[in-house]
Amino acid sequence: MVTLFAVFLLTLLILTAIAIVRTADLFAAVMLTGIFSFLMAANFFVLDAADVALTEAAVGAGITTVLFLSTLALTAEREQPIATGRWLSIGVVVVTTLTLIYATFDKPRLGDPEAPVHQHVAPWYLETTPELIDIPNVVTAILGSFRGYDTLGEVFVVLTACIGVLFILSPRRGKHLSSVENALSSTASGLRHHLIPKVVGHLLIPFIVLFGLYVLFHGEYGPGGGFQAGAILATGIILYALLEGEAQALRVLPRSAQMGMVVGGAMLYGAVGVAGIAYGGNFLDYAVLMSDPVKGKQLGILMIEIGVGLTVCGALLSIFHAFAARGQH
Amino acid sequence: MGGVIDVLSWVLLAAGSAFVFIGGLGALRLPNFYTRMHAASLTDGMGTILILVGIMLQAGWSLAAFKLLAILIFLILTGPTASYALANAALLSERDPGHSPADSEEN
Repeated sequence: MVTLFAVFLLTLLILTAIAIVRTADLFAAVMLTGIFSFLMAANFFVLDAADVALTEAAVGAGITTVLFLSTLALTAEREQPIATGRWLSIGVVVVTTLTLIYATFDKPRLGDPEAPVHQHVAPWYLETTPELIDIPNVVTAILGSFRGYDTLGEVFVVLTACIGVLFILSPRRGKHLSSVENALSSTASGLRHHLIPKVVGHLLIPFIVLFGLYVLFHGEYGPGGGFQAGAILATGIILYALLEGEAQALRVLPRSAQMGMVVGGAMLYGAVGVAGIAYGGNFLDYAVLMSDPVKGKQLGILMIEIGVGLTVCGALLSIFHAFAARGQH
Repeated sequence: MGGVIDVLSWVLLAAGSAFVFIGGLGALRLPNFYTRMHAASLTDGMGTILILVGIMLQAGWSLAAFKLLAILIFLILTGPTASYALANAALLSERDPGHSPADSEEN
């Protein structure tokens, strides 16, 4: 039954991918990309990868769609027709597909306990997590503690990417809106004249933010963690910006606060690592943070998850506002 | 008692699937944008409610039923809102005679 469902989802995935390639309407392509991400999330869930599914749904289907739409608002809605090089690209795709299909013949069966991936460090993680960290979600234990260096690197990748995007997009200095223009734009933008989306949106925002916080603080027990929580929180705040207009959203959470979140989150992560050294352990060794090593590790994971969440949320918000500010000029 | 609930749940699921199917058919076959949207709202409204209540009956009194209820409330709130926003955007972008251009540009 589950296999049937998975095959159905994968077939839809291929159909969606073909539709994305074939459509010249970029708006439709963005919507199809969102559908693609949701199908992908469902696929991950069928494969029991709940954490990845949550990330795919929150980032792929949620935030990315909003950012793509903001981009479309600045550019054209239709694809430029390209006549040359089509056969070359089809050839590359066909060769790659055949190679990948040939490679799957050597893959172990899904869920095979004898598969190499289940022989290496995975059993060690599964065995030692309850003893060393004592949290039910092994994925969070691996991401936050065992592979803490990798996650630190990812956070700094997000930080760097955010800086790069802001260099390209942010509004030039000296072109700030005066206070009068500001007041004007705050009444003109947003969905002030649309009662229904406004009322429903206001009803949903607190629950979206609450769910984001739940995903952040419950990451040790269920699927979730800093990355997903940051994306969900950013979604809630972007919804507020869409309802009330840019100016009002920036009054609630100004650019400086967003940059503070981006940098502060990464710094918090690094500080937890340095605190490990200060208490006489290694960098990112949380065991020394409290007298009980297991409790210390839980505290460390929670702290770095908060750091990751702050960075991701701040980065997404500042990129969204950069797009929106570009649209106003 | 369990049998009655089972039968009721399957009736709801079948009816919900029928609504989703008719909605899909309508979205493909009806002549213009607004009628197609009307057909799709069938899927949004009755289809979602019937199928989710059907699954809730299968789940019984449990955490899963409560989660399904939360999803149901979320979908009941957001579905019609999305339909409204879509129809409104279509109306504004077509610049109907009933709307002055200034009206459209405000939003």
